[in-house]
Parts: sequence; structure tokens; C-alpha cells
Amino acid sequence: MAHSYTPGLKVLKNTKILKERRLPLKGSVDTSVGDTVAPGDIIAKTDLPGNVQMVNIANQLNVDASDVETVMIAKEGSKVSKNELIAQTNGIFGYFKSSVNSPVDGTIDSVSNITGQVVIREAPIPVEVDAYIRGVVHEVINEEGVVIKSYGSFVQGIFGIGGESRGEIKMLSESRTSEISVDMILPEHEGMIIVGGSFISLEAYKKALECKVAGVVVGGFNYFDLEEILGYTLGVAITGSEDLITSLIVTEGYGKIQMGQQTFDLLKENSGRLASINGATQIRAGVIRPEIIIPIDTSSAKDSNEHSKKMSGMTEGSLVRVIRSPNFGKIGSVKELPSELRKMESETMVRVAIIDIEGKLVEIPRSNLEVVETD
Amino acid sequence: MKLRSILATDCGSTTTKAILIEFVDGEYRLTFRGEAPTTVEAPFEDVTRGVLNATMEIEELSGRKILDGENIITPQKKDNGVDIYISTSSAGGGLQMMVAGVVKSMTGESAERAALGAGSIVMDVLASNDGRKPHEKITRIRQLRPDMILLSGGIDGGTTKHVVELAEILAAANPQPRLGQNYKLPVIYAGNKKATSSIKKTLGKLTDLDVTENIRPVLEQENLKPSRDKIHDLFMEHVMQQAPGYKKLMSWTDAPIMPTPGAVGALIEMVANKENISVVGVDIGGATTDIFSVFQNQFNRTVSANLGMSYSICNVLAEASLPNVLRWVPFDIDEKELTNRIGNKMIRPTTVPQSLEELVIEQAIAREALRLSFIQHKAFAVNLKGVQKERTISDAFEQSDSGESLVDMMELDLIVGSGGVLSHAPRREQSAKMLIDSFLPEGVTSLAVDSIFMMPQLGVMANIENKEIAEQARVAALEVFEKDCLIRLGTCIAPVGKLNNSEKILNVILEFKNGEKENIDIRFGDLVRIRVGYEKVKATLTPGKNIDVGAGIGEQVNTDIYGGQVGIIIDGRGRPLQIDQSSSKRIADLKKWSDAVDEYPELGK
Repeated sequence: MAHSYTPGLKVLKNTKILKERRLPLKGSVDTSVGDTVAPGDIIAKTDLPGNVQMVNIANQLNVDASDVETVMIAKEGSKVSKNELIAQTNGIFGYFKSSVNSPVDGTIDSVSNITGQVVIREAPIPVEVDAYIRGVVHEVINEEGVVIKSYGSFVQGIFGIGGESRGEIKMLSESRTSEISVDMILPEHEGMIIVGGSFISLEAYKKALECKVAGVVVGGFNYFDLEEILGYTLGVAITGSEDLITSLIVTEGYGKIQMGQQTFDLLKENSGRLASINGATQIRAGVIRPEIIIPIDTSSAKDSNEHSKKMSGMTEGSLVRVIRSPNFGKIGSVKELPSELRKMESETMVRVAIIDIEGKLVEIPRSNLEVVETD
Repeated sequence: MKLRSILATDCGSTTTKAILIEFVDGEYRLTFRGEAPTTVEAPFEDVTRGVLNATMEIEELSGRKILDGENIITPQKKDNGVDIYISTSSAGGGLQMMVAGVVKSMTGESAERAALGAGSIVMDVLASNDGRKPHEKITRIRQLRPDMILLSGGIDGGTTKHVVELAEILAAANPQPRLGQNYKLPVIYAGNKKATSSIKKTLGKLTDLDVTENIRPVLEQENLKPSRDKIHDLFMEHVMQQAPGYKKLMSWTDAPIMPTPGAVGALIEMVANKENISVVGVDIGGATTDIFSVFQNQFNRTVSANLGMSYSICNVLAEASLPNVLRWVPFDIDEKELTNRIGNKMIRPTTVPQSLEELVIEQAIAREALRLSFIQHKAFAVNLKGVQKERTISDAFEQSDSGESLVDMMELDLIVGSGGVLSHAPRREQSAKMLIDSFLPEGVTSLAVDSIFMMPQLGVMANIENKEIAEQARVAALEVFEKDCLIRLGTCIAPVGKLNNSEKILNVILEFKNGEKENIDIRFGDLVRIRVGYEKVKATLTPGKNIDVGAGIGEQVNTDIYGGQVGIIIDGRGRPLQIDQSSSKRIADLKKWSDAVDEYPELGK
């Protein structure tokens, strides 16, 4: 089972990254511990069971279900081709025969003498899993996949759409407060991951799609514009399976919100490097956030597990981001954590933190803050 | 054995809540409660850790020793330990089921009712006539990976072909259980008994098949209990065995662990039966909203899977539409800005409304989530479909089909709300108003909220089967429910009908315990609150022309009602409630109604 929901997005400059790559069903793993892999290398494959077609022979030939076996020409376990004759009645004096042909290529899985149904199973569907990131095979999970180890920068977004993608990082905005506009996106950005500041409009995102940009990383996007991209209203934040050329990763939230300073600076530092990104998001128990992984050739990185343990929880001095209005998107440092409940304007009694935002002290519910994890 | 103390836990998906109930001064009362994060997921992967932590909090608060190392001391020895320990669970996503029936609106619906009643989430209802092709059904079964499947279909002695066909589809899909690869998927067969041997032949080897009594032995009768019991058994035997730490937890408990909603439903059913009243209970959570009802002694539960206040808040917006949410907001707001705000709550589900404006918006969305969930509930809580009715001459002009909703708002006696937005609203007036606006009770209806959501623990307590303690546990559950669990908000009086503005809709005479009397004329469009605590009040309700307040159009009602933390709310807005389309009139009306009950006194100041 995955981790439970914990607020706090990771913005790590130099960390150990362990990435599990698993098959949906057991299969074969084609790499060994210590192998160096590139993002596109296939590391494991399997066959998903083929689709199943059910043909009601009894109905089609107008015979009793109990007599179906006698009219079957193709027997259980035999291979059949599309349009091949699989069942036929004797007819009258050899004439007026009724017959049924197979609707697909496949194997006769079962013949039922109760319902008169024949199950034809199509050929298995091959599935392959690639390495996704550059790195070294750290562990082989028998018949299921591998864990790939890499060192580099790791940034989590708050929400994304589109699945895995990769490309060179290209900064489009000079500052974290500026927006990506339509004219900033050019055909030469094809296959790249473009990074902006506070916002990308629907029009600009469409231009990115048109230019076959691999990914967009930006502070904010309008919730109501998602409908036009997805073709439906996003009711629950479970994404990743959308068929989009351009994955979109939003680092702060919906609306125009400047990208966190640490996030922006880190991406800027990595400009020109190859990154692997994934827009998949799942906000339920077992939370998945979109991610940007930028492997760097170094082994001096800190262990991310140790690091996150050290950073977990909010203490005085913690760098935090306000995640709900008022002050949404602002970053400040914790000055005080009073233990007693305080009454908010909404009259809700909550535990608060006193935060210094640009020199001003403000009282904010602790649950409306997230710790910015940096290294 | 005299039951002196009970420790009960509810292992939710995020929090494990423990309560201690003790026999004090001749009655059972909730004395202490504690909570701790649930520890089903990594790095702990052992549910008992969270149970011990929550229990330790009770130990600290009460000064009573309950744990001996990592064991709960049972039975109570002097002042240490507790006589019994019980638990419910919805951790790890609860019990997720798929059900199948031959005709979707008949055996399919009965199977769904049985599964929901047992406390499960129904992921899909397969039926021979659901419009999907066999390969589509197979793909769906493979995708879903349920914890358990309930297969039904056909009346006893009827045709077997269709239900066997469904079994063949299941076999072709070869479904795998959600948790772990080392056991076969439990399948319950509760259909035409004539088909049992064929079902066994088709599914016996592939699945862990269990056969129980037919859910619909004849068209006119539903027989849900054997299936519900079987679901509970298999939940314990198979599903719970796979979840981390549950084997240990099961060895600790003095009664089988129940799925959380199953326990809540059992409690509501018991309360309704004991008082002989009609009840609607609602639990609005972050992802889902559960509604329970008992009308005409029939229990129903529905789960609106994607109507919740955080994870699925955007789906409430999508299903209700923006204008329907905005009609509850008493100020102008930029619509695009509002959708972004709601979107941000979805992606950051643990945040709380800091400003009053944010609170008002959240409560507006809650009204829509509750309203939509209740519509789904009304559509599901129906008489059996497919039953032939004898018609008399009086039916000639008003033919009612089978499958009529059991939910009758005029008959409804009590609404119990629970879930963060209702139980923890900063003002009880807000909870009462949300319940009234979304459920639109008619006539005389009591309103209450569950203080700390202890209905699950009380539900499992009320269902202990050990004969020696069963009766005492039931008494304890009911006493604690009355005294500590329910917060009585008061009573809503809502005349039904529509008049022109300011016409008299109702005259109310109230006689209080201290002998004082109040005589109030209610005009159409008025909302009036009478502050009175939880005490009996004699009420004489005289409806206006063409208005019904429970005894029929124009008929007077004499009844005893109760006040509460909010008091008595007389809702003269008429039914169905209509909110003005024009923004200025709507805002003025909302403010007037809000001020009448002191809902948001600081708004606009």
C-alpha cells in the first residue's frame, strides 16, 4: 500500500531517487542489478490476457444449449481464425445448414451446455515497461519489475495531467511571477519541457500541444479550462491516463499563483538538462503527486529517506507555504506554534501557526500550511 | 456477567478513534475518547499500532490502565482493563464489492441493497440487461478487482440460463482479488437455487465460492439477511485477513469486526425500530456521502461515491452545476475565481476555511452534496420492482408503479447528520440550516448531529451476539447514543404548499414547560427561530389555505415537539423551496433567512 496523504511537496536539489517500475501482471524482467539504463530502455514485459468474446451458439443455431457440443466444429482449446467456421447444424438431408463463424482470431476457451455460450479468447496483449529515468538497476522484483536508482533533482507538483514524458528543460519565463503567453511557445520547443512562472492560459497550452512540447511546468492553471482539454469535468483528482502529447504539471494550484522560489530556482539551475516528468496525480489515500526528475551524474547526493525524516513536521523556523486563501501561495517562516486552539474569522477553532510573511506576522491554521521541503 | 466497561475503536482510513464507555451511577456513559493516525499503510503496516496509540490516549486522559504491554486487558480487573473490546473498520478503502443480478432493476438492485446494507462500496452492478456486451463486462470486472462478488439472479425454480451466463462471464474474466495474490476471490452465490450445481461447476474451481439463500426467492419478497451475514463472515475470513495487522486485531475483539457503514446502518435501524420512527442518517465525508434511512420499517443505505467535501468536491460542483451552488451564497462572487477555489480544495483536501466567506462557500457546496446524495437515495430506497399489484377501481386514475420511493418526507421523524461539515460546523445553527436546506423536511421533523461520529462503535456494540452480554451491550449502545452521541439541534416545522408572497402559511401556538405561551403567525417566505432548549413543547399548528403540515391540507396538528441547541425552526418558505433567480432578490432572501437563525452573524459586518 502507498503512503497516506501528507502535505508538503518535495523540492530537492540533490537527492537519491529510487523509482519502482512494475508490470501490471507478473512477467519477465530483462535487466539485472547493476545494469545502467536509459529512460527508453525496456526493463520488463508481460502479456495481458487477451480480450474475450462470447458467442451464443444455441441462440444463433436455434438448438438446445445441451446440444451445443454436438454442433461444435472447433473444440475446446483449439485455435480459430476470424470468420472460420466454428459450429454448424446438420441441416435437413445435408441441406439448409446453419453455421456460426468466429468473430475474432483466438482460442476456444469453453463451451457451455447450460447456456449454449462459447467463449473465445483472443491473443494475449503484450505490455512493456521502460526505465523512465536514467540510472542503475538497484533491485529486481522477481517477475514483476525493478527499482531504478539515480541521483539528481526531484520536484513534486501539486496537480498534473498527462502521463510520463521526457525532454530537455527550457525556461520560458525570466521570473516566477510572469505568465507563459502564446507567442513565447515556438516550434523549436518540440520535445522539450518548458517552464514558466505563475500561469499558463488555455490558449498557450493549446499552442504547446500544437508545437508537440513534451511538458509544461508552471505555477497555476485555471480549473475551468481543464474541461476543454480533457473533454469532461474533472470531478476527482485522479489523472495520468489522459492521451496528451504535452503533460502539464502545476506546482502551486488553480489560478494565477507565482511558482515557489525554490522550485523556480532549481528548475532554472537545471535548464538544458534532460528531465523525466509524470503528470499522474491521485489525491486519495495512497496519494500520488506529479513529479519532475532530473538525474545528474553524482553519487554524493543525500539519501532522500533520511532527508525527509529530518524534515517531516512543522517546527519554529520551518519554511512554509500557505495553501488556502487568504494569503494563498505566499511563503513564510514559522515564528510560533501556539498550543491552544484559536478562533478564526470563520469562527472555526483550530490550531494555528504564526507566520512571518514578508515581514508581517499572520495567524494561519496549521492545516492550511505545507512545509516546503528543500535541501 | 455485569458489563462495566467497553472499549470500542473505529479504524478509519486516516484516523483510528477509540471510545471508553463505563457504567457510572446506574447508566452507561461515554467517559473518554482518544484518537491516533491509522497505521494500515507503510511504514507501520499494522492496524493495531493505531489502536494501541488511540487507547494510550484514553489511558492518559482517564488515568485508567487498559493496556498490558501490547495487549488490551480484558475483562476488567478492579479498575484496570475493560470488560470487552470491539471494533469497526473502513481502513484500506473499506469493503469494495461488485454485485451481479439477472435483471438490473430486480435481482441486480436486491443484490446492491444487500451489499450496501452490509456496509460495502458497490463498485458496479452487472446485469444481463445492463446494455453492455459480454466482453465489455469482462473488461470491467478485470479492471475493478473487487474484494468480493455477490452473484444473484432468478427466483427459486425459475430459469437458470441467465444467472449461469453471468457466472460464465465471471469465469471468463477470472477476477483477481484487490489485496494480495495468494488467495482466491470470494464469491457469494445468492440466486435461483436450481442453478446452484451449475454455478458450482462454473465458478467452484476459479473462485472461493460460497452459496447462501436466494436474495429474491419469489418476486414479491426480498431476503437480504443471509447475504448480508455472509458478506460480514467473508469480510472477516478473507478480506480482513489480508489487511495488515487485522489477524491480530481480530484476536483481540470480543465480537466480529464490522465494516464501519454496516455498523452505522445497524445502529440507525435499531433506533428506528425501538422508537418506531422514520429516520434519515447522513454521513458526509471527504470523498463520499452515505445516507441511511428507515421508512415503513425498511432499511436502506446508499453511498454516493463521488459526492464529498474534499477529494470529490469538484464532482459536487460538476454534478450540481455552478448556479446551484451559488444559489446558497449570500454575496456576489466571480464565478471563475470560485471554481479555482473549489479546485484548490480538491487538490489540498486537508485545508480548512479560515475566512467566513470560505466557510459560507463550503457550506453551500455541502448543501448540494447532501441534496444530490438524497436524490440518489430516494431513487434507490423503493418498493420492490417487478411485483404485480392488484388494482382496484380507485387506481384507475392514479396508477402507481411498483418501485415507488419509500422516502416520505412528511412521515420522516428524525434526521441525524454526521461528518466534518455537519458535526464540526462552528455554529450549530449552520448545521441545522444545512440539514433543512438540503433535505427539505416536511411537517414536523427533529434534527440532530452526531457529536464525534461514534455511531460506528455504538453500532457494533448493539450487534454483539454473545448471549451473556448482548442485551447489556444493546442497552449501553442506546443509552450512549441518546445521551452522548446525539446533539439535539431541535425541531423543524415546515408547512407544504405554495402561496403568494406574505400570505399566512401557518399559525403556531407553542406552550413551554414553564407555562409560557407563544402565538406566531408565519407568512409565506418567512423563516423563524424560537430559542428553546431540549425540553418538551406543546405545539398547535394550524396551516393556511391549501397548506399541509402533516395531517392533510388545512388540517390542524397538535403534537409534542422538542427544542435543542438551536431550538425550533419554523420554515415558512414552502415546499418545494424556490429560490429567486435574480441575484439581488436571492441575496436579500438568503440574508434574511440566515439572520433569522443567527447562521452567519458576522457576515457583511
